Amino acid sequence: MIDMTVVELSRWQFAATAMYHFIFVPLTLGLSFMMVIMESVYVMTGREIWRKATLFWGTLFGVNFAMGVATGIVMEFQFGMNWSYYSHYVGDIFGAPLAIEGLMAFFLEATFIGLFFFGWDRLSKVGHLVVTWLTAIGANFSALWILVANGWMQNPVGSKFNPDTMRMEITDFMAVIFNPVAQAKFVHTVSAGYLCGAVFVLSISALFLVKGKHVELAKRSAVVAASFGLAAALSVVVLGDESGYVATEHQKMKIAALEAMYHTEAAPAPWTLLAFPDENGEPGFQISVPWVGGLITTRSFDQPLPGINELVERAQHRIRSGMVAYQALQEIRADGSNAEARAVFDERWADLGYGLLLKRYRDDVQNATDEEIAMAAADTVPGVWPLFWTFRIMMGLGFFYIAFFALWFYRASRGWIDTNKPLLWLTVFLLPTPWIAIEAGWFIAEFGRQPWVVEGVLPTFYAASSLSVLDLVLSLSFFVLLYTVLFVIMVILMVRIVRAGPKDKLFTPSEGDEDFVMAALPATPATKELGS
Amino acid sequence: MSTIPLDYETLRLIWWLLLGVLMIGFAIMGGRDLGVGTLLPFVARTDEERRILLNLIGPTWEGNQVWLILGGGAIFAAFPPLYAVSFSGFYLAMLVILLALILRPVGFKFRGKVEDPRWRATWDWGLFIGGFVPSLIMGVAVGNVLLGAPFHIDDTMRMFYTGNFFQLLMPFALLAGLVSVGMIATLGATLIVGRTDGMLAERARRYGIWSGLATLVLFALGGVWVAVMNGYVVTSVIDPNAPINPLAKTVELVQGGWLRNYGTYPWMIAAPVIGLLGVAVAVLGLQRGLKWTAYLAAAAGIFGIVATAGVSIFPFFLPSSTMPNAGLTLWDASSSHLTLFVMLLATGFFLPIIVLYTAWVFRVMRGPVTGQNLGKNPNAY
Repeated sequence: MIDMTVVELSRWQFAATAMYHFIFVPLTLGLSFMMVIMESVYVMTGREIWRKATLFWGTLFGVNFAMGVATGIVMEFQFGMNWSYYSHYVGDIFGAPLAIEGLMAFFLEATFIGLFFFGWDRLSKVGHLVVTWLTAIGANFSALWILVANGWMQNPVGSKFNPDTMRMEITDFMAVIFNPVAQAKFVHTVSAGYLCGAVFVLSISALFLVKGKHVELAKRSAVVAASFGLAAALSVVVLGDESGYVATEHQKMKIAALEAMYHTEAAPAPWTLLAFPDENGEPGFQISVPWVGGLITTRSFDQPLPGINELVERAQHRIRSGMVAYQALQEIRADGSNAEARAVFDERWADLGYGLLLKRYRDDVQNATDEEIAMAAADTVPGVWPLFWTFRIMMGLGFFYIAFFALWFYRASRGWIDTNKPLLWLTVFLLPTPWIAIEAGWFIAEFGRQPWVVEGVLPTFYAASSLSVLDLVLSLSFFVLLYTVLFVIMVILMVRIVRAGPKDKLFTPSEGDEDFVMAALPATPATKELGS
Repeated sequence: MSTIPLDYETLRLIWWLLLGVLMIGFAIMGGRDLGVGTLLPFVARTDEERRILLNLIGPTWEGNQVWLILGGGAIFAAFPPLYAVSFSGFYLAMLVILLALILRPVGFKFRGKVEDPRWRATWDWGLFIGGFVPSLIMGVAVGNVLLGAPFHIDDTMRMFYTGNFFQLLMPFALLAGLVSVGMIATLGATLIVGRTDGMLAERARRYGIWSGLATLVLFALGGVWVAVMNGYVVTSVIDPNAPINPLAKTVELVQGGWLRNYGTYPWMIAAPVIGLLGVAVAVLGLQRGLKWTAYLAAAAGIFGIVATAGVSIFPFFLPSSTMPNAGLTLWDASSSHLTLFVMLLATGFFLPIIVLYTAWVFRVMRGPVTGQNLGKNPNAY
């Protein structure tokens, strides 16, 4: 039987390390493109202030990027370490986008990030700009492939279970890449990253403006951030809506939980703005807006939205069908030439995952009792209220950012950048808010998919490695300890960098070395021996 | 499946080779930086010397480490059961490697941002751990692969590991770990000798010679050890085109079993020969002051040593000591035919591009690193 403590701890560890990693990723995504914008302006206008801005934001970017790399490598290996059955079961599909991410994206990003920092004096202006572009493109391609992988977990297309190898195998690679869930998630996620970068730059620029320091640089940065941020905020909300729309196609349970909607609503469904649970956990007091729910999720007035209770009933049917599939699978495993069992399995394989939900209660799934089936069906409901509230926090912030950046954009276009102190202070204090929205978003995506690690295919508890509780206690405590220490150091260093402000010159000449830029150039001639 | 132009067997073999390329790629490219990290506190004594070393590898180490990340991704994509079994089986060892590797990016970035000598010394040790510990444990892991890992698989392909962390530290495995540290430190030393001067280069030269000699002796000793210890031999016929099922074969323990391949395929002897020659020439090159020769020979030595481990255990990836039949081979632990083909296309397209732009970046960053040109770049470590 599966040790549920190990499963729970594995889930905590994955959630903690993934959400921690995702503190740094969105800033990398957003800041890299803002640096691209600033450096492009520098190359086009030749004005030194833009290079100074690129360098200053680049220094903060560097600290953030180091944290992203440090925590990203853990992600790559954790699937095998903690989720080994998952790795076996879906590795044939899931491994490919991860490997392609390395090939196409992370190699590019990681190779050129070094030149971004060390290449200023070794490359032409345009050459360095190209390097900055490649770094930013690499970061964004990374996001694309990671979200192709995650999109498949939400909507496992282009694949089929193979009873001979006991795993899911790819049948249509293009379907995996062009998975509509993956595409919507990609644009939604990178937009959130751009928004995060924009708030970061705008907030620190506002701090400079309030204090009257580095005003020229801060004003220019604020203009870039305000326009970039407005575009990002619009995109993140529109594409978030797209995510909501595609989620209803594939993850009706997630939507029902987000809306705390226990009973099927007649079309067009209302949208619940606020609600509080009654003693049964179902919504008691609530404020609803008619029609809006149906519009967002089905984009129609005539399609009903299924409620949680109805979806649980549907799950019961699929579990029963999954038991038949499981029985057929056992027969195929015992005798590979059993054509009858293969015919049954071919018809039912899509419900096998629902059958596996019963593994929590008994090993011989095919003999489950009605009571166990009911329990397994009830397990398909994720935690409703945490989802309900995080969704509203995320959405509320999303709409707030549209208004906020629209205001900033308007004021910036009028040239009113540093005139309104309360707005500047508000902007300073908004600094941590994009991370709240972003982490809420991941929580919704992943917690909302529970009890599945791959929707409808593989239950989370069934996917974990056969580790001991001690293994997990050790790894979780070390990660938490090390990550906490590093986070504190990172924040202190970033504060120091902001306090020190932008450097006036790129290269500070050492004494008696007037020709310092020349000296920093590579000694090209006579390199017979390595670098001598 | 008829649309896939290469048969399953060929693709599995190609992926075995590609995995070798990626492992060797990391051992050499990443090894440079791990080696410099390992030597950092010993070769460089002053803050300036240490900064020279950090700025020597600083511009390119991040790209080099992607060989490891790509290696992990490639195992996941091309050989998922291997990824599942090895990473969860060696769980705590992997944890230690990860914790050590985490110290590297932050070490580089954080160290130079504060002037305090204690702060810098702390990160110097952090960077040492980030270089030494992964080098050691990856070697120990290879040693344990040759010994066989205590795992078994059930009919649902769920794997159970029955060993513990301290059982990994067997004498033979520790020997393999030291070979790994030795070859990586030798490569790091040749890099330092090639791109710096003065006392720094001189100390690196001495460390490089000693670690090279130690690598030679330990690697040769490992060869003798392998001849007398048990290796795993597949005793049934595996259909190289069949769907994966590790339990379908039979495996036996045979004394000197890991040397059998050299009888069947005599050309494989080239691997250990290149390993020994490479390291030997690196030592000679360091002695004679032939910087390029030493550097390239040390890299060739790593190529030979890693390849030796790979060809010796062919067709195995990871034998099992407690359920030998469950040992994973390239024939019964791969992805599906289609995934192997698609991934081959992706790798065939991107890997040459990666090599090209990496070469360009190395070219841009070439040249000596000295104390004089450190102070000028605010981004320097």
